[in-house]
Amino acid sequence: MKSKKSLSSIMTPSRRDMLKYGAAAGLSMPFVSRAWAQTVEINMLAWYGHGEPDMVSEFEAENNVKFKPKYYAGGDNMLGLIAQSPAGTYDIILSDAEFVQQLNDAGYIEEMDPADYNFDDMLYDDFKQFPGHWKDGKLHSVMVRCGHLGVSYNKKAVTAEEAASYKCFWKPELKGKVGHFDWHLPSLGMMSLYNGNGANLWNVDDAGWGKVKETTMSLRPQVGGFFDYGGTFNSLKNGEMQAMCGIGDWITGVLEKDGAPVASVVPKEGGIQWTESYSIGKGTDKADVVKKFIQYMLSPRGQVRSAQMAAYPGFCITKAGAAALREANMKEAERTGQIEGAPNNPITLIKEGRIHYRNIPQHPSLEDWNDFWSEYKNA
Amino acid sequence: MAQTPRKLDGYALTWRLPIIVWQLLFFIGPLLFMIAMTFFLVKNYRMHEAFEMKNWFKMLSRGFFWDSYFLTLGLATLSTICATVIAFPAAYALSFKVSANVRRWAIFLLIIPFFTSYLVRTFSWYVILAESGPINAILGYIGLGPYTMLNTKFGTMVGYMTLTLPLVVILQTVSLANIDKSLIEAAHNLGCGRTRTVFTVIVPLAKTGLIIAAVFCFILSFGDFVAPYYLGGSKPPTLPIMIIDTTKSGQQWPRAAVVAVMMMVTLFTVAFAAIMAAYRKKA
Repeated sequence: MKSKKSLSSIMTPSRRDMLKYGAAAGLSMPFVSRAWAQTVEINMLAWYGHGEPDMVSEFEAENNVKFKPKYYAGGDNMLGLIAQSPAGTYDIILSDAEFVQQLNDAGYIEEMDPADYNFDDMLYDDFKQFPGHWKDGKLHSVMVRCGHLGVSYNKKAVTAEEAASYKCFWKPELKGKVGHFDWHLPSLGMMSLYNGNGANLWNVDDAGWGKVKETTMSLRPQVGGFFDYGGTFNSLKNGEMQAMCGIGDWITGVLEKDGAPVASVVPKEGGIQWTESYSIGKGTDKADVVKKFIQYMLSPRGQVRSAQMAAYPGFCITKAGAAALREANMKEAERTGQIEGAPNNPITLIKEGRIHYRNIPQHPSLEDWNDFWSEYKNA
Repeated sequence: MAQTPRKLDGYALTWRLPIIVWQLLFFIGPLLFMIAMTFFLVKNYRMHEAFEMKNWFKMLSRGFFWDSYFLTLGLATLSTICATVIAFPAAYALSFKVSANVRRWAIFLLIIPFFTSYLVRTFSWYVILAESGPINAILGYIGLGPYTMLNTKFGTMVGYMTLTLPLVVILQTVSLANIDKSLIEAAHNLGCGRTRTVFTVIVPLAKTGLIIAAVFCFILSFGDFVAPYYLGGSKPPTLPIMIIDTTKSGQQWPRAAVVAVMMMVTLFTVAFAAIMAAYRKKA
């Protein structure tokens, strides 16, 4: 009876009720607006996709923050953007691992507390002490995901057997159908691997470099174009390119899930690992929430999102993350080999010595690699 | 009698000042900075002020720079010739064969492509020109193809035409429409055939407008990054692509500035020569 009365009084308010509710609403307005105002904006510098809703919406909702991403394409581009911005512009920086050292040397990132991150859960020991992430025992960046680069191909034009070696790029039927991701590091790195430079792919002597150049030049007649992400994606999708040098599952994975007959494999000569790591931007006043976000990305929830990222998928790097992926999407875990005993299991490939971390060339210099890349494109 | 010095006209200066300030701030200033930048050095991805010729020697001594330079020059020239030749019949028809009302509508329709992003229009060509695209499908019905059109110089040229053709048609139409029609009638009355009238009366009378249209086409094609990259497959790269490559690789903005200065010098030379030709009076 009582409740009925209360309900009717709400449904048919008296003049006094109206005044009461109106006053309450008016008085509460400042608190509502303050709550909205408290949404913290986090400026993120990252590869495309990392600040998109599929990656950050859950964290944003839980922590009343809003990511404002600025996207770049390539480590050089990232360093350029930071160099042109005042300190404190970016609160969080996603970097390719090989560029972390440069970020640190230039003073663009904050020192991080190792105790804040669960390194014991990492799938592989190297990931705990990733090269360049630590300096003089101090942590500056935390690896959150990785992927492998090798031979990417159209299954209708190249067999799995042929794709097991970079040699397939020279297949006569692929003349004009081999594309390059327009970045010298992975493409020339693969040519270096094909020449048998293995772990020394970034550090070859003059004779070895001469051979890398020779091998690369011999591929030029096969090349149909040099593409950025969008171009690579489209040319593989519409069949213009039937093999692609310089990429991996991070592009073909998206297409494969969409039904395109494409795949990527790590060939017998070895593959290259891209590694992405988060750092806290120098001078940020949002270090605490940024730290919380990095912890979130390392958590099983974050790792599952990262593994299924809409823009480009990556491997889980924590044990709990990989387990959560298997639980959430076994099909994707199987597709990417993130299950125990899979021949293409990423950690197994690393342990077998078939994967080499992408790095800045030591010899010859980065400049020589750049110069040759320009020469090659013009050949 | 000594000439009295001209008094400074405050009124005229007031109206001229904004454009002078604008040009100084947004053209002369950045241009000077870009020239200065060619002498700077990059260390650890950061640009340092210096005065060294290293970047000039480095870029101009490379064979691939000159390959790109002549390729870009050649493609822009070809684009200018194609656009001028393709646009002329359309401009002629719009100027002399249709009513003023139809001409107005046609010019409006030619302006519409500029409402959409050039990049979006280029990507639509990506679908149309693909080996599995509609053009090859149509050709397939008559037993032809498939032809590779993407990632070729043909693809680049299609992109250049997308960018420049509507503008060239508009400029040529405006130029042809302003010709005194009585001169054309006089030519006909004196027994001059249609083709001869076009080449001996119409083209010389519209020379200035036709050359200006061609210059715009050359400038836009020479500096275009989108068509050679997305439709030409960056194979081989043109100078705008080289600028992007150079900045991407090791943040070599000074070397990219060298390429940009070389492009500007070329454009100034071509534009200057073209304008001289456009306004040259017969002796």
